[in-house]
Order: sequence, then C-alpha cells, then structure tokens
Amino acid sequence: MKIRISRIARLWGLSTLPTLALSALIAMSTHQVLAQEVGDHQYTSEAVEAGSAVYTQQCALCHGPQGALVDGINLRIGQFRTVQSDTDLRQVISEGAGEGRMPAFSLRPEELNGIIAFIRAGFDPEGEAVRIGDPIRGKALFEGEGQCADCHRVRGVGPRTAPDLSNIGTISTPASLQRNLLDPATALLPINRAVRLVTRLEETIVGRRLNEDTYTVQVIDSQERLRSLKKVDLVSYEISDEPSKQPTTMSSDEVADVIGYLLTLRGLE
Amino acid sequence: MKLANQIKTISIAFFICLAATNVSAQVSYERILNAQDEPENWLTYNGGYKSQRYSQLDQITPENVTDLKLQWTLQNQVFGAWQSNPIVIDGIMYITERPNSVMAVDAITGRVFWKYRHVPAENALICCGANNRGVAVLGDKVFMGTLDARLVALDRITGSALWDVEVGDVDLAYSVTMAPLVVKDKVIVGVGGGEFGIRGYVAAYDAETGEEAWKTYTIPGPGEPNHDSWEGDDWEHGGAPVWITGSFDPELNLTYWGVGNPGPDWNAGQRPGDNLYSDSVIALDPDTGELKWYFQFTPNDAYDYDSVQVPVLADIVWRGTPSKIMMWANRNGYFYVIDRVTGEFLEGKPYVKVNWSSGLDESGRPIPTPQPEGMPTFPGNQGGTNWYPPSFSPRTGLFYFSAWQDYATIYAPEESDYEPGRAFLGGGFSVLAPAPGAPTIGIGRTNPINNWTNEVGFASLKAMDPQTGEEVWSYDQFDVSDSGMLTTGSDILFTGGREGYFHAIDARNGDMLWNVNLGGQIVMAPVTFSVDGVQYVSVISGHALSTFALPH
Repeated sequence: MKIRISRIARLWGLSTLPTLALSALIAMSTHQVLAQEVGDHQYTSEAVEAGSAVYTQQCALCHGPQGALVDGINLRIGQFRTVQSDTDLRQVISEGAGEGRMPAFSLRPEELNGIIAFIRAGFDPEGEAVRIGDPIRGKALFEGEGQCADCHRVRGVGPRTAPDLSNIGTISTPASLQRNLLDPATALLPINRAVRLVTRLEETIVGRRLNEDTYTVQVIDSQERLRSLKKVDLVSYEISDEPSKQPTTMSSDEVADVIGYLLTLRGLE
Repeated sequence: MKLANQIKTISIAFFICLAATNVSAQVSYERILNAQDEPENWLTYNGGYKSQRYSQLDQITPENVTDLKLQWTLQNQVFGAWQSNPIVIDGIMYITERPNSVMAVDAITGRVFWKYRHVPAENALICCGANNRGVAVLGDKVFMGTLDARLVALDRITGSALWDVEVGDVDLAYSVTMAPLVVKDKVIVGVGGGEFGIRGYVAAYDAETGEEAWKTYTIPGPGEPNHDSWEGDDWEHGGAPVWITGSFDPELNLTYWGVGNPGPDWNAGQRPGDNLYSDSVIALDPDTGELKWYFQFTPNDAYDYDSVQVPVLADIVWRGTPSKIMMWANRNGYFYVIDRVTGEFLEGKPYVKVNWSSGLDESGRPIPTPQPEGMPTFPGNQGGTNWYPPSFSPRTGLFYFSAWQDYATIYAPEESDYEPGRAFLGGGFSVLAPAPGAPTIGIGRTNPINNWTNEVGFASLKAMDPQTGEEVWSYDQFDVSDSGMLTTGSDILFTGGREGYFHAIDARNGDMLWNVNLGGQIVMAPVTFSVDGVQYVSVISGHALSTFALPH
C-alpha cells in the first residue's frame, strides 16, 4: 500500500519555485552570512576578503560554501573536532588530519592567514553588522512579551516541542537569529518542519521532524515523546512548510536585545 | 571443546616445504576473459570485461531472499568513506582499505590472512577523499594503485611487495584511486588530479616487471589530432583525469575509458574550445595505447560533469540488429547508447531534469543552454549520477544505476591561475537550498541525521531500457545514493544508499523484496560469489564489510 506523503501550506517543490522566490532563496553565498560576535576582528578586512577567495578555491569543495559539510565541523561558527587555537587551525590546514581525510595544503603564509581570518570572521568578508542588544533585557523579552519561552526550552526550563535553545549561541550566527525572528518562514530548516502523521491504528501524531529516511521517520510529538514510525504503518504523512510562529512584532531594539540574550546561550560553557 | 583438548604443542618438525609452485594461485588471463563462466568468483572490479556486474548465481531468489543471514563482518580500521570493491578468488577475498592497504580475507569467516600497508607520500593530494577502489589480479599477483600515484604488485599468497613503480608525479598532484584493469599481460591504470591542473593519461605496465608499456594522454599534445580543441597552453593543465576502471572487448581488442572534467572545473570561458578528450569515452588498443575513437559527452564543460562512469558493454539485438553497444548514464544527466565498434552515437535522452542543455543533436552533441548567473543548473555539481558502478542484466535487458533527482547547483565561475600542486577549480559553487544557510548535500554522508532532507535532492534507482533510452521503473530513496548495482541470475538487484539500507529489489519490476539497516553509507556496489556451493553477497556499509548467505 502506498501512503500519501504530502506537503501542506505553501506547497512547493524545487522545480516549481517561482523565479522571484527562488532568487531570494539562493542568496546563500558566503557574502550573505553575517557574524559579529567576534567583535573587533583581529585580522584585517583585507585578510578576511583574501581568505574568502582562497576558501572558495581550496576548501569549499569538501567543507561546502557554508563550512558545515563535514560532520562535527562547522567552520563558519567555529565548531571543530580538535582545533581550538588559530595555531591548531594552521597546523591542520598545513599538515592534514584524520588519516588523510583532511589533506595537507601547501599555502602561502598570507593565504593561510586569510583562511583563518575568514573562518574566524564567521565567513563574513564584508563585515556587515547585526545589532546585538542587551542580554539582560533580551532575557526578559524572551521569557515575557516576546513569547519565545512559550515553545522553546532553555537550560532545562520550558517545553521541548520547539528546538531547545540552550546552546544556540554556539551553533547560530546573529544574522540567522535575526532572520529567524523577522522572517521565520525563510529560516526554517527543512529537517525541523512540523509534521502530522496518521497511523493505520488511526492515531494522529503531530510533532516536529527530527530525522527521516526512505522507510522511517523520527519525530518529537506534541506530548514531548520521541517517536519513530515506519512509513508502511502510516496512512497519511503531511509535512508543513509553515513555521509554527509568525514574524515577531517586537521593535528593532527589542529584537537586538533578544539576539544579545540568545548569543549568551552557550550550553555548559 | 573436544577439539580444543586435542590441540597441543609437540616437538616434532613438520615438513611444510612441499610445493615449489602453487598452481591454484594462478589467475590466468583466460580465466579473466571468461569470468562469467566462473560466477563463484568475482575476478575484476566490475565482475568481468563487459563491466555488467551481473552474476549467474541464482541460489538466492526473490522467494528466499528474506532468509538471508549475516555470516560475518570485517571492520575497517580507518576513517572515511569505504569505496573499495572486493575481488574474490577461490574463497579468498582481496579488499583495500584507506589509504592504501590491501587485505587477503577468508571469504567464509571474514578472518584476515595478511595485510599489506603502503604509506603514501605525505604530499599526496586528493581532492575528494583518500579513496582506493580496489585491486586487480593476474597470475599470482595482486595490483594496487596508490594515492601518491604509484602502482604496486604484491604476491597474492604472501602479501609481500614484488615491484612498486611510479605512475605519476606526486608533486604535481597525480594520484591513482581506481582499481587497475588487467588485459593480457598488462596492468592498466589512469590518473586522478582533475581538480589540480594535471594533464590526464592512461598507462599500461608489464605485469611481470612493472615496466611501462605505453602511456596515452587524454589531452592531445601539439601535432596530435584534436589538439586544436584547446587554445594556447590550456592543454598543459587541462585536467581530463581517468579515475574509474575501464572495460574491454577482446573481439575488437579495444579498452574503453571514461575521461573526467577539464580544468579549471567551473570556468569554461577560461579554456575555449571543446577541450578534448575531457568528458569523453575513449577507445584504446590495449597493446599499444593507440586511440581508436572517442565520443565526447560534454564539450567545454562548465559543470564538472566528469565522464568517469563505468563503460557497460552488451551484445544485444538493438532495434532489430545484433549490435555491440555501450550503455552510459552520464553525470551530465543524459543516458546514452553508443556503438562501441565505431563510437557512433545511437541514442541519448535525459533521465533527470536537465537545463544546461536543451537536448542532443543527431550526432549526440548537446545543445547548450547555460543558465543566467545566480540561477540553478540541473543536474548539480555531483551530477545526475557519478562514478558508482551500474549493472546490466542480460536476463531483463535493463540497465540499472543510482540517479540524483531534483538536485541543482549554482555556479560562480572565476578566473584562476594554475600553480603546481594546488587546486585549479575556476571558482566555486553552492547548492540550491530550501532556506538560507540550510544544510545541503555533500560529497559523502557522515551525519546520522539527514538534515538536508529530500528537498535538495534524493536518490532514484533507475531501470533503463537501452532499446528506447527510457526509464522502465524507478525506486526512490529519501537521501541521495552513491551506491552501485549488482544483478543476479535470479533477477535480484542488490544495492544500497547513504542511509545504510542494503536493498534487494526485484530487477524485473522494482519491487522491494528485502532490506536491512546496516547503519553506514553504502558507497560501492555489492558483489556476489560462492564457496562450497553456498552463494554469498558482500556489501560495505560505513566502516564494515558485511557478508550474507542463506542458512546452510
């Protein structure tokens, strides 16, 4: 029996995207990603810009334009397997790592310097700024009128159905946090889409998708239970393109404050 | 327990030096030539010179395949995608492991007899993973190409090195990742390095001594035919690597090789001309290396559409005429049928969405329709398919391969200068994503969570009819797949995917017969063999090589 797998709400496939929407979505080059928490760049903007070009030529094939294609590594946000210092970075690039999985690159000193600058600048060759406000005011907004805490959990407090934000400051950038607040529909990652499943036993499960493959799907349901379903046991499976939240009505100052707060959420650090 | 009690150490010498030469160690050229007649073995990378990856074995059937039981698992000891293809000879399996180790393994228990380690030079440079795709055998020798562009011969019984010769200059980023092809008394390999501005070639070596017999460049030099498909000195660093094992037709005495992308990869404007023989299939005389014909799939390629797919050969009645054909699902999104006697184009149709070209003319040349800057090109950079080996079943008459559906790339070409031993890519690319910054498909998969989802592309196993060039059926997966194919005499199609499922599918109609989650990406084709009347099927998933059989 074939189950019906449908996409609801703004239903579109990649091949049928209208051109206008498409051009907005594909604005995903390295130039667009913003990063500010590095504060005063310790590298010159010339180094960052030069590093951007070297990165595209030498690194992007494996690490990807966003620097996140190798598991456990996200160069843009500074997540590494072993690297801590810039010296570590220099060593891994120059000598390779992981039994040849990361090859050794013979780069000129200014290129090596540029790549490190580009990575440390969060892949932001132009240095555009996202306003980052007061974390204390941001926390109050998060828990109060911003209504974030109605769905999101932080450090063991709050519901689990939306993504837990306890370490969001280590895995997101100010720009993506801002986009998430102002235009959540374009910021929703496909894996996080809301789903509604109906089983052969006529149970309806509403939740957020955690993982999926050809034969199964894993979700956290509205009762905060981890559920794994075999598609063969489903009579319908709907995936929503709509985020569960609306664009925020907070002022730009308030948005800056909330971003400021979110950036302080760094797990157990 | 009883046997254990009987094992004891005694002080009597056993005379073990009995035979001066072991006749069973010999894998003659005749045996390889007739590999299809000994389906108990898997004698070449693609299971025989026609590269059909079809086995006559039929003990495992659509009816009993659900009874398959795991017999043994061999764990890889290193990081990274395991793209190696096992060779099986008389119950012994030869498998390579990253970066350049070879193991001889008991095919019934998975226990290792010996392991040879070649440590590649530190400056070996590989664009896309320290892969090795397996060995070739002839006589009592095993042959392996290495990441530092050497060819090594080992004693098949002891695993000790017999010779070790240079294939290419490691300082210029030449490498060998393919399993060699043995033809007559020669070992033939091609070189990788298409992302580093090499000038590609195929070269043959005397199997006995390692001495180079011939070397044919995939980019013609000054004075050679088709040199004028390049301008200025572009040909010197024009790429055109050969990194997948070719095929051989003994009646025509021709070997066939798929040639990779021109360099720099994405800036076609920097190298005007057709850039022959990049993105082509070339037919070479195995005795001399002489080029007999070529067919180019993608002239002046701007998309990295390597034609490194396996040339799959078949002798069939094609549209009423007994024909020697070659089938080719190309990375550029078109499926081709070619006359392998002459290289003439017979048929070609898109099998996935294609927008870089609006179709093929009557000679098979694509009509280019480059997309505006910033707009997606279909298929994307990794192609509609890639190097993963297809299969052709003479029983069903169908050609099977893994396609990537709805996958696109946005190219950003840039002028780039060649410097020895450095990437020569001509810009960069991004993958069309459903949300800014969302994860997109990478070269491999190491994350157990599919967070890019099918919205950026998914696998479609396609069964193609070479008579029409059309798809007969397809089987979709949620993630993309780099898995190759195996078909059997009982019409089972074995394959896998990045999700780690090992699938048995009915080759006639695409029905799912059985699958098991092995947990790691399957990025090579399964193989089958038999020992003592029992059929086995082996597949590599993640870091484990698993072997299955029916209860016996």
